Amino acid sequence: MNQAAAPAPARIELVCPAGGLPALKAAVEHGADCVYAGFKDETNARNFTGLNFDQAGLREGIRHAHAHGVKVLLALNTYPTSASFPRWERAVDRAADLGADAVILADAGLMEYAHRAHPELRLHLSVQASATSYEAINFYHRHFGIRRAVLPRVLSAAQVENVVAHTPVEIEVFGFGGLCVMVEGRCALSAYVTGDGPNCTGACSPGKAVRWEQTAEGVETRLNGVLVDRYAPGERSAYPTLCKGRYQVGGQTYYAIEEPASLNTLELLPELARAGIRAIKIEGRQRSPAYVAQVTRIWREAIDRCLRDPAAFAPAPAWIAELNKVSEGQTHTLGAYSRPWK
Amino acid sequence: MIRLPAFTLPAPVGAIVSRLPQFPPALALVAALNLALGRVIPREPLEPLLGKRIALVVTDAGLNLRFYLGPTGFHAGLAAGEPDLRISAAARDFLALALREEDPDTLFFSRRLLMEGDTELGLLVKNTLDAIELPRIDAGDFSPIGLIERLMRLR
Repeated sequence: MNQAAAPAPARIELVCPAGGLPALKAAVEHGADCVYAGFKDETNARNFTGLNFDQAGLREGIRHAHAHGVKVLLALNTYPTSASFPRWERAVDRAADLGADAVILADAGLMEYAHRAHPELRLHLSVQASATSYEAINFYHRHFGIRRAVLPRVLSAAQVENVVAHTPVEIEVFGFGGLCVMVEGRCALSAYVTGDGPNCTGACSPGKAVRWEQTAEGVETRLNGVLVDRYAPGERSAYPTLCKGRYQVGGQTYYAIEEPASLNTLELLPELARAGIRAIKIEGRQRSPAYVAQVTRIWREAIDRCLRDPAAFAPAPAWIAELNKVSEGQTHTLGAYSRPWK
Repeated sequence: MIRLPAFTLPAPVGAIVSRLPQFPPALALVAALNLALGRVIPREPLEPLLGKRIALVVTDAGLNLRFYLGPTGFHAGLAAGEPDLRISAAARDFLALALREEDPDTLFFSRRLLMEGDTELGLLVKNTLDAIELPRIDAGDFSPIGLIERLMRLR
């Protein structure tokens, strides 16, 4: 350890989603520093039909990314049971054998396995681990040597800064993409209605439970038969999750849990850079290559511009307009990062 | 890359086409799909589609293209009744999806794409198509001159 070395330049990695090889290549082409991906099974939290990588696809993806100086992070961020644990261990082995630059884990048991079986493999703490304090992050660092933690989207910018200041672990934050109730790793809403959820089977509102139907009153969204929303003509629609539905409460029908909205932290970039975050993550492994290309290109330009001259940085209106277009919900928001009343 | 402009087919087009037989355009569609099947479009991941009735509704063109996947390939379907999966969008948006200029979720959020019936099948189709590595095509290739140039190259 060279304590006297000058601090590393304030570089921020752009971490982009890849649900398949064309999306991975779009991320690489448009300026991602890292792409994150998953296998075609319930070892990752975007386990949707037809999505993700088989062994050969991931091998090609890693080859392509590395040839362009881009890292590949593999999300193995669901929670195995005792019976299924060996399959998750094999997934860690496959990731290491294929040359993934890091695995993104949530389960402490799996972290222990990865740390022991593959001491050279970088471990990132998934947002699914729901670690919001530096004490929790330092615990994972002490026991399993994690190198990076992805913060849940529930902290204010000041709280993010406080975490960064008290941990040797690199901090990654979400910059853009869909929001939900943000009880990541602990949310039981999808499992309650459908029997499947993000934490154990890797799918919030799995396709088999979702039905849309055009009716005389509008387009109805049902989740395992439960009506979660009805859209009038022209109203923007949202992902078919329980938390983003409209319900009758106290005689009124409204978003009783969460209004669909997208996170967009472009305007906070200088503040996040000053706080010392090391990476910004773009949500959306379920999205198509077109989305990955559009969003990666804008964020690449924004990060480069911000790091060149943070004082003069302001998001270009064209960026905001294009990002709004691909966003879920009526609005974009700064999420928990901005708490002006604090 | 040339971006596809926003357009809607004029209302009379849809009104007229919707009264015409829908079988010939469905035949053209399945012929194109069968050319791609096993070459550009992988067959194995689509096996859950076997025997399922699919309808593509081109809203502004007045087209309702029905087809299904059989053991030997795609077939135009005449069967009445509810399809297993129905995907509705305007001609421009289907084209933008095919060109990978638009993300289906983006179109869905803005109510320009509707998927009814078996959502699992819809996700399978969407994700299987998204996983295909296509040669770079842009909207310019669909200009009359671009098409003629490509036909000349094919001779």
